[in-house]
Amino acid sequence: MSVLKWNAAQVAKKVINNEELFILDVRNADAFEGWKIDGRKFEYLNIPYFELLDGVEDILTKIPADKDVLVVCAKEGSSLMVAEMLSEAGRTVAYLEGGMKTWSEYLEPIKVGDLTGGGELYQFVRLGKGCLSYMVISEGEAAIIDAVRFTDAFTSFAEGKNVKIKYVFDTHLHADHISGGRHIAATTDATYYLPPKDAEEVVFDYTPLLDGTTVQVGTSKIDVGAIYSPGHTIGSTSFVVDNKYLLTGDILFIDSIGRPDLAGLAEDWVGDLRETLYKRYRELSNDLLVLPAHFMIIDELNEDGTVAKHLGQLFAENHGLNIKDEAEFRSVVTEHLPPQPNAYQEIRQVNMGKITPTQDEQTEMEIGPNRCAVR
Amino acid sequence: MSIKADFQLDAKGLSCPMPIVKTKKAMADLVDGQILEVSATDKGSKADIAAWAESVGHQYIGTVEEESVLKHYIRKCSDDMMDEQTFEHTIELKEAIEREGLLLDVREEGEFAFGHIEGAKSIPMGELEGRLSELDKEQEIYVVCRTGKRSDLAAQKLAAHGFAKVFNVLPGMTSWAGDLTKHI
Repeated sequence: MSVLKWNAAQVAKKVINNEELFILDVRNADAFEGWKIDGRKFEYLNIPYFELLDGVEDILTKIPADKDVLVVCAKEGSSLMVAEMLSEAGRTVAYLEGGMKTWSEYLEPIKVGDLTGGGELYQFVRLGKGCLSYMVISEGEAAIIDAVRFTDAFTSFAEGKNVKIKYVFDTHLHADHISGGRHIAATTDATYYLPPKDAEEVVFDYTPLLDGTTVQVGTSKIDVGAIYSPGHTIGSTSFVVDNKYLLTGDILFIDSIGRPDLAGLAEDWVGDLRETLYKRYRELSNDLLVLPAHFMIIDELNEDGTVAKHLGQLFAENHGLNIKDEAEFRSVVTEHLPPQPNAYQEIRQVNMGKITPTQDEQTEMEIGPNRCAVR
Repeated sequence: MSIKADFQLDAKGLSCPMPIVKTKKAMADLVDGQILEVSATDKGSKADIAAWAESVGHQYIGTVEEESVLKHYIRKCSDDMMDEQTFEHTIELKEAIEREGLLLDVREEGEFAFGHIEGAKSIPMGELEGRLSELDKEQEIYVVCRTGKRSDLAAQKLAAHGFAKVFNVLPGMTSWAGDLTKHI
């Protein structure tokens, strides 16, 4: 039987289309428990490759013959070895090209909707890591918000759409992933905006992103307007795009809210977080479609693969927006926090421009699940 | 510092799964108790070697990182090493530590380097015969190893050489949950 090679895009389609897939993950147990390819209808078997060196006979009965089977490892080599062994045993299986490393880097651009005057808004879903980036396109121009470090994905998408990238924003100084914003701005001659309160230690030039900062994309009126919304970080800023979309950064997610502790100041920022979520956001229209910078679990994906919900619906359903008692809120967001993201302090240093790790080191830093939220 | 190993395996530049595949092959040529040093550059090899060793029953001693080269140390173990202890005088580790005598650690240099009890003296089992003069016959000696097997043999050896106040520490370092001192 043959060994098939699947790329990350093929797996992404299975995730988004809710297809069935049997994943044989041959990384060691710790790695699998911490982080895997999530799909609503995926089944999993985790057996480290090093337990299969003498053969796969013992596991054949556990691997369905009537389903697509994908063997996954960290980088590719071990999954190929195991896939070949399964093939010799008479099974047709696939392995994931580039392994979890490539999966963690893959971006799927999905259109969220149309904008006034023929513009478009795209969400770039990084399925393997839960990061969400955005591109606003209108009349030959583009603005990018919260770009991840795979800058080619954005620049080539813009080329394909024949638009010039004019503005690049980061809603805050990210701690869970390395920003691509500064590099995209540098290579495209765009203006790079960062909230100054998050940028006190940065070592590069940037344009301050302040409450009320507005840019126009294209000649018609697509406004991208900033709202100061601290709490995840002191500088965290949201955007209202075309009076229809609310880009919340890491302040508000679909099924959770931002955590205030990644810059080490949970106690100081919890009040800001409360103020943003319970006062500032309450003054906005319930009809705005919330577009966060992350998702945590696959159930947050809509049918078309986007991650988005109306603000009014979140006020009704999101637990973090419905904690009446302030003291209880304080305790939820400061005392019951999940572990901090892998290497979050180093990632902040990279995003400040203080250290410049190699690509391999950057990959290493970003390994593991996203953990920016309090559920 | 360099750690003493019986065999070296160069797996530098190899990516997963080759470091483990080669380690498995190399371990087959070792006899029980010998230590293999595996040099690798694949960062993932650290977690994988430790997990692999555990799954097959070898002892993963530790990893030293020297300028992007990871040196892993594994000691070969197999089931038949779990013989009965026969030396009659035994003592529990926590009691041994409270008493006045000498805690003698007879594990290999590398095992000692990756974690031992502060104040313990290191003489690997294989060197004991030649280093008896470093020990005091008047002092109580509590012999410790990882599980109690090597220390049992060492205690018998000491008794045969006229050391009267010798105890085998049971169980050994595997049961120790307290602080460890490292020399790496």
